[in-house]
Amino acid sequence: MAVVRLSFSPAPVHVRTARLVGVAVARRAGVRQGLLDEVRLAIGEACTRAVALHQQHNLSDPVRVEMSDDGTYAVRVVDRAPIEAGADLAALPPYELAREPLSEDALTTGVGFALLAGFVDDLLVRPADGGIGTEVQMVWPLER
Amino acid sequence: MELSLATRTVGEFAVVVVGGEVDVYTAPQLRENLFELIDSGVEHVVVDLGRVDFLDSTGLGVLVGVLKRLRTAGGSFALVCDREPLLKIFRITALDQVFPLYPTVDAATGA
Repeated sequence: MAVVRLSFSPAPVHVRTARLVGVAVARRAGVRQGLLDEVRLAIGEACTRAVALHQQHNLSDPVRVEMSDDGTYAVRVVDRAPIEAGADLAALPPYELAREPLSEDALTTGVGFALLAGFVDDLLVRPADGGIGTEVQMVWPLER
Repeated sequence: MELSLATRTVGEFAVVVVGGEVDVYTAPQLRENLFELIDSGVEHVVVDLGRVDFLDSTGLGVLVGVLKRLRTAGGSFALVCDREPLLKIFRITALDQVFPLYPTVDAATGA
């Protein structure tokens, strides 16, 4: 099993780096070429969410990303924001996302979860180990 | 790839050609560009996503914000997009039911 760990300061510019690394590791692990765009988007959404939560709570702690291949390609994105802050709009019907009263930030959060749920068949959102923060786990099949 | 923006006028429409990656880092630049356009008095805006190779929720949030702003001002907003990976993003988020989506600039401007 190969493991790549990345941690980055919670700034938007570093989300791109996480996407690039995540796709490079996915390609090496053997994720099907046709899935790589979805891997890139999903890792970006999970990291964007984590960065936004850290910024909302003035947290300078790094966002942690762990990529591993052990029969599947698994990516875990872990933030350190209070768990209640991670409450999401996942249950919101997609058509609600464009309602007039919704703020751009709330809409972006809702759309982000809609994309995660739409592009990742095996998606798990749970409290992070250690009690503080949330872990978004995404798993894709390997071709080999 | 960085964000690229180019604006031209087609009839009563301002057509903004967007290229590169629209993400949490570059979306503020897109928002600023489009809001400046609206503030300058433009009422009908078409955003051509033909050269965009990455679009995330932050970029979609900006586009919805522009749509709302133009609607409030009595204007119109349309997107040009004919690439399947991007169209899939609009379908998954159901935003294909919110934005007028056209395959070409000519179709969007009624040329």
